[in-house]
Amino acid sequence: MTQHGEGELSPEVVMAEMKKNGVTHVVWLPDSETNFLYLLMEADPDLDLIPVSREGQAFSTAAGLTVGGKKPVILIQNTGMMESGDSLRGWGLSLNIPVVMMVGYRGWTRHGVNTDTAATYTERFLNAFGIQYYLVENGEDAPRISVAFEEASRTRRPVAVLVGDEYHGFNR
Amino acid sequence: MIDTAEMLKAFAPHRGDSIVIPGRGGRHWTQISDQPNRDLPVGDPAMGGHASFGLGVALSLPDERVILFDSEGDVLMNMGALPTIAEKAPKNFYHFMLDNECYATTGGQPVPNAKNIAYDVIAKGSGYPATYAFDNLEDFATHLEEILGQPGPVFVALKVNPEVENTPIGARVRWQTRSRTQVIDDLKDELGIEGP
Repeated sequence: MTQHGEGELSPEVVMAEMKKNGVTHVVWLPDSETNFLYLLMEADPDLDLIPVSREGQAFSTAAGLTVGGKKPVILIQNTGMMESGDSLRGWGLSLNIPVVMMVGYRGWTRHGVNTDTAATYTERFLNAFGIQYYLVENGEDAPRISVAFEEASRTRRPVAVLVGDEYHGFNR
Repeated sequence: MIDTAEMLKAFAPHRGDSIVIPGRGGRHWTQISDQPNRDLPVGDPAMGGHASFGLGVALSLPDERVILFDSEGDVLMNMGALPTIAEKAPKNFYHFMLDNECYATTGGQPVPNAKNIAYDVIAKGSGYPATYAFDNLEDFATHLEEILGQPGPVFVALKVNPEVENTPIGARVRWQTRSRTQVIDDLKDELGIEGP
């Protein structure tokens, strides 16, 4: 088990936010630092994990789940989100799907200087689609995840949570 | 080759109370269906997503039989959806795929390797427990009861005649009678599903 320092965004905190908001399904494609979250999710009998092999599938899957009254969350990396633009548009926005996508913010750094174009274009991409987003960097930021769920439900639109720490990846 | 409208007419008596996602067969199915509030004719929100959408509907409504009429162009675009469907293995999901060997809505250009792909073999290799392929209506109709009488997921590839459109999208006559969001809201009302 990995030891998490005080204030860090722990997988347990992310799980607690999912449970608090009634998440039933996690539609996901692994990113570089979420394995501990995966192990927690896999062990939870109340969560149904749906693995996809390309991030665009996550939006149409989530749309179908929502039609049937379930509450999915999408867990992907910013690289895959950008590759999924047309699916986000068609299956997310045009069907009014109130889904939260938790997006690993690859390349993001607190000091604002990055060398990874994945980070350079992430917020520009979301702004182009008119997607509201919340940056979550540590445990103190975790309540923003609930804000995102509330906003998605109220606006019937996808809302993004950018995970700026990627569970202790890039800011070490 | 199978005529899509005739195929859907053959399917209609077997529909029961199934939820039907008519996909590329939507223009015909809306004329045939006798339970439109249990249909999801969402058109083409974004190409390649129907299989995953159908999976989501099936997983969220395990007590309902869910029928999808996908297309080979959509499957080619997101072939990775097949292993996900096979892994989740919804027993209530029946995945029909219309293979007209071309992109009919853009003028009929052939899909890659159009005449030489065994989609039923790909589905089987992805893990679907049961797969079929038909190129004539009689065989299809003969096997329909068997197909729908077994647990899903079942994959059925159907060679169909292309219905090529080559007029600008803006000049085409819309077959949809309801908006996509209305279609979803109507199904939710029909099934008593609450929430956004």
